[in-house]
Amino acid sequence: MIKRGLFFHIGKYFLLMKKVFAKPEKHSIYYQQFLKEIENLGVNSLGIVAIISIFMGAVITIQTAYNIENPLLPTYLIGVAARDSILLEFSSTMVALILAGKVGSSIASELGTMRVTEQIDALEIMGVNSAGYLIMPKILAAMVFNPLLTLISMVVGISGGWAIGTLTDVITTQEFILGIRYAFIPYYITYSLIKTVVFAFIMTSIASYYGYYVEGGSLEVGRSSTRAVVYSSVVILLFNLILTKLLLS
Amino acid sequence: MIEVKNVTKSFAGRVVLDNVSVNFEQGKTNLIIGQSGSGKTVLLKSIVGLHDIDSGEILFDEIDFTRMNFADKKEIRKEIGMLFQGGALFDSSNVEENVRFPLDMFTEMSLHEKLDRVNFCLKCVKLENANKLYPSELSGGMKKRVAIARAISLNPKYLLCDEPNSGLDPMTSLVIDSLIKEITEEFNITTIVNTHDMNSVMEIGEKIIFLKEGILAWEGTKKDIFKTDNEAITDFVYSSNLFKKIRKSQNKED
Ligand SMILES: Nc1ncnc2c1ncn2[C@@H]1O[C@H](COP(=O)(O)OP(=O)(O)OP(=O)(O)O)[C@@H](O)[C@H]1O
Ligand SMILES: [Mg+2]
Repeated sequence: MIKRGLFFHIGKYFLLMKKVFAKPEKHSIYYQQFLKEIENLGVNSLGIVAIISIFMGAVITIQTAYNIENPLLPTYLIGVAARDSILLEFSSTMVALILAGKVGSSIASELGTMRVTEQIDALEIMGVNSAGYLIMPKILAAMVFNPLLTLISMVVGISGGWAIGTLTDVITTQEFILGIRYAFIPYYITYSLIKTVVFAFIMTSIASYYGYYVEGGSLEVGRSSTRAVVYSSVVILLFNLILTKLLLS
Repeated sequence: MIEVKNVTKSFAGRVVLDNVSVNFEQGKTNLIIGQSGSGKTVLLKSIVGLHDIDSGEILFDEIDFTRMNFADKKEIRKEIGMLFQGGALFDSSNVEENVRFPLDMFTEMSLHEKLDRVNFCLKCVKLENANKLYPSELSGGMKKRVAIARAISLNPKYLLCDEPNSGLDPMTSLVIDSLIKEITEEFNITTIVNTHDMNSVMEIGEKIIFLKEGILAWEGTKKDIFKTDNEAITDFVYSSNLFKKIRKSQNKED
């Protein structure tokens, strides 16, 4: 699994995805799994997303304020700049990278452990499509729930910026509000949400691929969960570039 | 009946099953015995298609399983109950959910009917009052028994058990052995059991095959075992002192 070429993995990945999106044996069971994954992958990530967003918003505001210490520039530009960086980049890409670490390693190690303890074989023997049953609910749950995380991150991030800005007296509340409403482009939010959905698919499917095909024991499970995080992060960055080019220019 | 025809399986060039042919009969407990590493697990997994075999054929009641596509294999697999050597219980589900899983997936029973069935299966393996425990809270032998309960929950047509009583005390081991034999006869199942436990062989063995380093070295009934002069199998059987004594006393009687 390690020494094989890139195209081998890409091919195997797409074959896995074909198996993942085959017709479910029983919709109600898959739906239950989906709800479980919403909680596991989504709701349980609320805390970490809130924390990084509030700090991100705060840091962006301070940095922007530091950079435009020019009496000719109006202070509300701090609000504008903070808003745009959060909406365009941080709440989608940054959050996706953090989640790729958290969600990716948890998916890869869960599936990897199931593989090495023969739980996946047990499912197969029962006549269950193990890839579909285990992976599809994870991918769908992330694609449905992550946009909500992104929206929350935007709100929390901007609030963090406002809080630190007013606490350190670099900007007043009125100016900040003026800033975040100034020349506001709603499409930025759409753009961010589209990216989030794509990133959600990437992080869950790549992590599932590495977990599902583990061979060996607990050592390999650990290795493949590291690999899952590294590769899904790289692919997320690549698609960030591609989507930005496609959607913003 | 499960027929295995000229099956060869190797891993990275190392041959683990060498041209094995055997018929596992319906309504009988078929035993695969052999030393650790002789290829018992690999044979069992090859039969159900978890290992792709290099050559040969596997037939389930005359249906060729080897060349089936994934969807058709799934239909046959719904009729298979399999006990893995390590149990392979679902970690994130409790005992009850584990045994209920095949029922949830493949039947339209009501919850009440399912729970009745689950409790019946758990009673068969002498495991009551453990419904809400998780696999991490069970002893090794308990895990094994839950796994057996799960394997029989759908009334399988084929029952494959990889070492059902390793790690069990002699009493429970006996219970499990007789359970396997009972349901095999009652429901006319094709049962295959891997074991290296000579007690099981004497308890439930009807048809026995002996694997040695991937080669089918001997085939017969439990009576034949004490009569054969096949050196490979006598070495295996009489590594236990108890059976040496049995053999001596039998020879005296003759
Ligand atoms: N996935 C695998 N990859 C490579 N070699 C394997 C694999 N599975 C089994 N083998 C090899 O096949 C041989 C037979 O193994 P198998 O697990 O069938 O033994 P066994 O008879 O079940 O032994 P035990 O009684 O200890 O369970 C061993 O030499 C093992 O190293
Ligand atoms: Mg074995």
